[in-house]
Amino acid sequence: MLKKAGGEITAPIGIKISQASFPRPFDTGLEYSPPARGDWNIVHMGLLIPQSHQIYFCAQGCLRGVVQTTAEMDAMDRLSWAYLCDEDYADGSMEYNIIDSVAEVIKRMKERPPCILVFLSCMHLFAGVDFDMIIDELEGRFGGIDFVKCYMTPTMRFSGLAPVPTMYRQMFVPLRECEKDGGVNIIGYNWAIDDDCELVRIIKSAGVTLRQLPELTSYAQYLEMARSDINITIIPEAAAAAADLEQRLGQKHLYLPVSWDPEKITDNYQKLCEQLGIQMPDLSQDMAQAKAALENAAGLLDGRPVAVDFMAAHKPFELCRLLLEHGFNVTRLFVDVISGEDEQAFEFIRRSYPEFEIYPTVNSSMRFFASSEQTQNEYLAIGQKAAYFCCTDHFVDIVGAKDMYGFDGIKKLAAQIADAHQNAKDRKTVIQHKGMGCQSCL
Amino acid sequence: MIHYARIISCYTADTSGVCSALYELGGMVVVHDASGCNSTYATHDEPRWYDMDSMIYISGLTEIDAVMGNDDKFIDDVCESAQRLKPKFIAICGSPMPAMTGTDFDALASIIEQKSGIPTYAMHTNGMKSYLVGASQAFEMLARNYCAGSGKTKNAVNILGATPLDISRQEIVDSIWGWLERSGFERGCCMAMGGTLEDLQTAGDAVCDLVISSSGLAAAKVLKERFGIPYVVGLPFGEEYADALRSDIVRAAADKTDIVSCALRGEISDDCDTVVVGESVYAGSVARAFEMQTGRRARVIHTLDTSSELIARADKSIADEDKLEQEFAGCTLVIADPLFKPIVSETAKFAPLPHEAFSGRCFRKSIPDLVDKKLKLEF
Repeated sequence: MLKKAGGEITAPIGIKISQASFPRPFDTGLEYSPPARGDWNIVHMGLLIPQSHQIYFCAQGCLRGVVQTTAEMDAMDRLSWAYLCDEDYADGSMEYNIIDSVAEVIKRMKERPPCILVFLSCMHLFAGVDFDMIIDELEGRFGGIDFVKCYMTPTMRFSGLAPVPTMYRQMFVPLRECEKDGGVNIIGYNWAIDDDCELVRIIKSAGVTLRQLPELTSYAQYLEMARSDINITIIPEAAAAAADLEQRLGQKHLYLPVSWDPEKITDNYQKLCEQLGIQMPDLSQDMAQAKAALENAAGLLDGRPVAVDFMAAHKPFELCRLLLEHGFNVTRLFVDVISGEDEQAFEFIRRSYPEFEIYPTVNSSMRFFASSEQTQNEYLAIGQKAAYFCCTDHFVDIVGAKDMYGFDGIKKLAAQIADAHQNAKDRKTVIQHKGMGCQSCL
Repeated sequence: MIHYARIISCYTADTSGVCSALYELGGMVVVHDASGCNSTYATHDEPRWYDMDSMIYISGLTEIDAVMGNDDKFIDDVCESAQRLKPKFIAICGSPMPAMTGTDFDALASIIEQKSGIPTYAMHTNGMKSYLVGASQAFEMLARNYCAGSGKTKNAVNILGATPLDISRQEIVDSIWGWLERSGFERGCCMAMGGTLEDLQTAGDAVCDLVISSSGLAAAKVLKERFGIPYVVGLPFGEEYADALRSDIVRAAADKTDIVSCALRGEISDDCDTVVVGESVYAGSVARAFEMQTGRRARVIHTLDTSSELIARADKSIADEDKLEQEFAGCTLVIADPLFKPIVSETAKFAPLPHEAFSGRCFRKSIPDLVDKKLKLEF
C-alpha cells in the first residue's frame, strides 16, 4: 500500500484526447520521476562498444547516476570518473585537469583499452572548454587508443542536437574509411533484432553480412562496421549517426522506421528490397499471422481496459491505433510530448475516439496518481510507466519496442499481451531494473 | 586539483542529502536542475520512492533559462505546483549550473514564500559536495524552524541524522528506538525517518539527543543552543558498545555534557592494520563495537567530509582512490562497502559492509541491522 507524505491533488491530471493539442498536450512545470527504470541511458549505450572504457567528468551529483548504473551492471572495470569542485571551474585549469585525470586513470589500468569515451558535462560546455584540444592532446600522448568526445549535457537538451542522438552519433566516430564488403549495419538501436524478424530474414536472404552492434564482442568487429555499404536506422534518434557516417564513409542511410501500421511496415520492406536489389518476398502470411495474433489477444482480454505509455514503443499513438482497430479497449496513454512521426495517428484517434484519455508522466501531480488509483489490476498495461500508474501487475514489460519490429514484432507483442493478461508480474521489482536487457545485480 | 577514480564508486551529492532528510515531512523539495538528478536520487538513493509519495521535484532547467537568468519560470513553476499540492514547506536546492550562474537562492526563497504564502527555505547546495552537507543543512533548518518544546523535560531521547543514505531501512531506526526503550528512555522525535513534521514540536523536551550520523551534528548543536539539550554521537552497534553508549547517554543527560562516543576508541597506534571505512559516525561506531567485541583495535578511514570532533587518534581522512589504495596496502582487515573491494590488496581480508550512500541499491538487501547485536561481519 502506498503511503503519502503530505500533498493533495486539487485538479484533474488527464485530459480527453479531444482537448489535447499537438505536440505538447500539457503545460511544462516542475517534473516528477516515476519509478520505471527500464529505459537506457548514455552509460548503457556506450557500453555497447566492445572493450571500450568510459570516463566521466562532472559534478558529484551528476556522476552518481552514471556510476550507479555501471555498478548495477557489475561493469565498474569499464568506467572511471573525476569530479569537479567549486574551485575547479573558474581557474582556467579545466582542460589540463581532464587530460591529467585521463592520464592517471590510464596509468592505473592493467591493460589499455582500444577506445575511451570521454564524457564532459554542462559545466564544461558552459565554461567554454576546448574539447578538441583535449582529444588532440590525449591522442598525441596515447597512440593506439581512440578517444571519443561524448557529452552528458542535459541542460543543453533543447540546444541543438539532443543528448540521445548525439550519443548515437558519437558512438560511431571511431569508424574509419576502409574497403567496403557490401554488408549492412543496423545502427542506433540498443538491441539486436533477431532472426525471426522479416527485416533480418530479408537482409540475410540477400547474402550480405549483417552487422548489429549489440551482437559484437570485440573492438575489431566493431571497426568492421565501416566495411558495410548501408546503415539502416529504425528510430529517428539514430538519424544524426547515419548522416555523419554517410558523409564521412559514404555509407548509404536507409531509414526504415519502427511502425505499427501494416502498410508502412510493407513500405519499409519494399524500400529495403529495392536497396538490396532483391525481389520483395511475399509477406502476406506474416501479415495475416500478426492480425490473427492481435485478434486472439483482444478476444482473451474481452474488453479489459488497456493503458499504454510512451516509453514502451516508438509512435505510441500508432500502436494505440493498431490495438483499437483490432478490438482492444485502449483507454489511456501516458505521454508528455507527441512526436511528429506520430501526429497522423494522434489525429486519427482524436477524430475517431474522442473519449480516449491521455496523461502526462512528469507533471508534479502525477506523484499522487498511482496512490489515488482505486483498483489494483483492473488494467492491462503495455509499458512500465503505464503499469506503475495504473497499479497493475498484468503488464507487457517493454521499453523502446525491444524485440518488436515489423509483423514479427506485432506477433510478439500480441503474445506478450495474452501472457500478461493471464499471468501477473512482480511489478515493483521488474520495473525498477535499469536498462532493459542489461545485466543487473538487483 | 584533480579527484579521480579508476574503478570505485562515488558518494551521492548534497542535493540527494536534502531530499533524503526532508522526504517524509510533507514538504516540497525542488532541485533547480535540468534532469537526471531526480531520476538518480529516486532510483539509487531513495528506497522509499516506490512506496511512499513525497513531493521531490526538479525544475527542468534549460540552457537558455540559465543563460538568460530566467528565474521567473522557476518561481512560477514552484508556486503553481505548491498552490495545487499544498506542501507544509518548500525547500529549494541549487545544482551545478545555477552555481555557475550565481543564482541567488535566498532571494528566490523569499519571493516564493511571499507569492505562495508557504514557508520556503534556500538550501545552499551545488551538486559538488557530499550528501552529508545537504542533509546537515536540512536538519539544521528543521532544528531552527520546526523544533519546539513545552519547557518540561521528559526522559526522552531524540534521534538526529537518520536518512536511508546512512541507515538504509526504517527497521534499523525502529531497532534503535527499541534499544532506547529497553534502556529506560522514552521516544523523542526522529530527524527524520518514521515521523512527521509535527513530531518535532516536542524535540525541545528531550533529555538528550542521539546523533546517529554526521549529518545530525549541526542540528544537535542548534538544539543545544535553543533548549540546552546535550548530545551523544554514536550508533548502538554490537552488544558491548550498545551498553557503553547507553551509559554515555545517561552521563550526558546527568552532566549536561556532550559525548562523541563513537570516537572514544582508546589508544590506537598509527600502524593498526584493521580499518573501518566510511561515514564518520557509522564507521566509528562499527570500529568501537569491533574493538569491544573482539578486543582488537580498529582505525577509521573517513572518506567523507567530517568534523574534527568525530576523528579519533590514528584515524585518517582520505577521499581519493589512489591514496586509499596505498592505505589499504598495509592492512590485514578492511571493513568497507563492497565497491571499495577492487582497491583492497588481495592479501587483506575484506569484510563487506554496504553503505547506501556509496553503493546505492546494489547491496541494499544485505545491509545488516547491527543494533544491540553481536557483530556477524565476515572477519
